[in-house]
Amino acid sequence: METLTIEKEKTTEKKIQSMTGSDALLQSLITEGVSTVFGYPGGAIMPLYDKLLDYKKEISHILTRHEQGAIHAAQGFARATGKPGICFATSGPGATNLVTGIADAYMDSTPLVCITGQVFSHLLGTDGFQETDVVGVTMPITKWNFQVTKAEEIPEAIAKAFYIACSGRPGPVVIDITKDAMMNTFDYSYEKCSYIRSYIPEPRVKTPQIEAAAKLINEAKKPLAVIGQGVILGNAEKELLAFVNKSGIPIASTLLGLSSIPNNHPQFTGRVGMHGNIGPNIKTNECDLLIGIGMRFDDRVTGVVSKYAPQAKKIHFEIDKAEINKIIKVDAPVLGNVKETLAQILDFIQPDQYPEWLAEFEACSKEEYNRVAKEEVHPSDGKINMGEVIEVLNQQSKGDAIIATDVGQHQMFSMLYCKFKDTRAWITSGGLGTMGFGLPAAMGAQFGCPDKKVISISGDGGFQMTMQELGTIAYNKLPLKMIVLNNNFLGMVRQWQELFFDERYSNTPISSPDFVALAASYKIKGETVNDRSTLKDAMERMWRSEGAYILEIKVAAKGNVFPMVPAGASVSDVIYGDEHK
Amino acid sequence: MNQEFTLTIFSENSIGLLNRITIIFTRRKLNIESLTVSESAIKGVFKFTIVVNCEEHNVKNLVKQIEKQIDVIRAFYLSSDEILHQEIAMYKIKTSSLLESNLVEGIIRRYNARILELTKEYTVIEKTGHKAETQELFEQLKPYGVLQFVRSGRVAITRLKKEHLSSYLENLEKEHRQPVEA
Ligand SMILES: Cc1ncc(C[n+]2csc(CCOP(=O)(O)OP(=O)(O)O)c2C)c(N)n1
Repeated sequence: METLTIEKEKTTEKKIQSMTGSDALLQSLITEGVSTVFGYPGGAIMPLYDKLLDYKKEISHILTRHEQGAIHAAQGFARATGKPGICFATSGPGATNLVTGIADAYMDSTPLVCITGQVFSHLLGTDGFQETDVVGVTMPITKWNFQVTKAEEIPEAIAKAFYIACSGRPGPVVIDITKDAMMNTFDYSYEKCSYIRSYIPEPRVKTPQIEAAAKLINEAKKPLAVIGQGVILGNAEKELLAFVNKSGIPIASTLLGLSSIPNNHPQFTGRVGMHGNIGPNIKTNECDLLIGIGMRFDDRVTGVVSKYAPQAKKIHFEIDKAEINKIIKVDAPVLGNVKETLAQILDFIQPDQYPEWLAEFEACSKEEYNRVAKEEVHPSDGKINMGEVIEVLNQQSKGDAIIATDVGQHQMFSMLYCKFKDTRAWITSGGLGTMGFGLPAAMGAQFGCPDKKVISISGDGGFQMTMQELGTIAYNKLPLKMIVLNNNFLGMVRQWQELFFDERYSNTPISSPDFVALAASYKIKGETVNDRSTLKDAMERMWRSEGAYILEIKVAAKGNVFPMVPAGASVSDVIYGDEHK
Repeated sequence: MNQEFTLTIFSENSIGLLNRITIIFTRRKLNIESLTVSESAIKGVFKFTIVVNCEEHNVKNLVKQIEKQIDVIRAFYLSSDEILHQEIAMYKIKTSSLLESNLVEGIIRRYNARILELTKEYTVIEKTGHKAETQELFEQLKPYGVLQFVRSGRVAITRLKKEHLSSYLENLEKEHRQPVEA
């Protein structure tokens, strides 16, 4: 009892100290538990960078080679650790270089606190040197943003930023701070934010909603649950597993839901969406109950909306009220954090099993294996396939690695074939599909999880978008493993040109530098694999290497990702890719 | 089917919020027909009244997206029969045209308008009502020379029996103050 009250007093006691805005900002970050920041300096943010030298013990600042690298690294850090990602950039071009990452984080609900320097407050609105209306520019792509023009506003702004970024459905927050606010002195004290009256991060769980959903579940003969990233964001992996085990319901994952449940779970039937597996896509239109769990019915998941599970009753477990009935009208919305709602519904559902229904998925998997995967993953001859590389990686990793991908065919192959043991092991740009995301995101994940194997998988196109981060990786001696699947094409766009634009390959053949030589110039080791016979050993060398390693793998130039639900088709109109052979 | 909806939004008084709200409309290519912002009956709480023409499922999503903004306390949408609303219009005409014929005076009477200011040069007439009504008066005055015609955005009041917001705010504060341990 006594210790308890003493502790309480300690936390409520406000220490007041006179300091500059920059000091206050860094102190605030430390109080919020920040120890890693990604960023890039410049004129307007110099006072803050100056003070970083005084906090070297508490905060390590990672100087990236581009602000886009900094923000994607912060995203990778956040996705791998569950903590908010922090990045710093200067005004004007520094801040605008963050925009792609902010938009990406907004789409994929990644908690970020971005601090941008701004010109002196007296210059605001005068088109001062490197003045950009950062608050205006980032308004549509932030959960919240705010401009600080006085030093004394800093603690409250930072406290709110952390609370908003991390609570409810997470998202990016931008705090734009004028140079004078960083330099001026004031009496600092910090209080964490835990309440904003106009903001309800987690709607209170309503028991009638739980009961209504449970009733549908208990009555269903052919239920299918689609798992999204909400499970990971809500730290609800255990609750999900308990729900899945008790209900016996077959489950599928969205692109971002992967790794929330190990994919060797007996009820795991694969992935939904444009390049998802045959089973869950076709069965979406055959089930009698479709349950969305922490997902948002993205158009890459639903295909044409009018033909998405019209026969099924639908339940939607979701924290964000605005997602309910946004795209798909549901019969039973269950508002709240899935960590709570999944736990609560457990008492209302009967234990069940669906062996025959599951067997139908199994049959689809077999068909998919025979018609698509077998040749992709275990080809008899020809150039190396992307799917084959992922399979060799799995043999090496046994699912025990964090995989970060870029965007394109290699991303879809990774989604289809990567194995995962643990949660937060899959980092990819989903909603925005940002090329150039993979390498810096992997780098951020490695900073956040120094003891984990982190693998970045990129195409030759996307790798060239942010490969300057090799400099950051080398300088910080990160043991990051990089796989570049080189098909000399912007593969995914080429595939669409092949399928939908009469094979007119406009601007998709792309040349590359010698990636291994390039890495070598940063003193990063690596090798190029041309031939199937050397792939396995090369993968093992990469895996066992101490430091960073790049594996450039020359793959078939015109490989295609299948299965595929063509744009504008129904999810059950899947193409296997062998139709015209 | 497109229908006219009036949105009422209660928010904190924060810089940039208007921008955040209008972005939600522009992104969906919805045109704001009328917009009024001012402090509400509750001190420190601001009220936006926005009129938009769209389908009901659009306005439902719109309201949820608006309410999702951190500084928005509550947002509602109401169809035309659920509200009473008014706009105010002002018309400036040459005083000579008022004096030269008594027709103008008749018009002012008939339309329940009133004279706000009268100088040697000009007269300002005011009328409150629906857009169609203030427009009609404009058409009537036009032949006599209208120097300026301005019309406000809409103000609206619900036909609901209860004011939701103040009790909502009270409950919020109460819940927040409740000790978590209890
Ligand atoms: C920043 C950005 N620009 C353009 C695109 C469009 N796009 C999607 S996939 C793709 C091709 C990717 O090629 P590559 O990186 O070589 O990967 P591959 O598809 O060959 O695996 C392009 C250009 C994008 N997603 N992001």
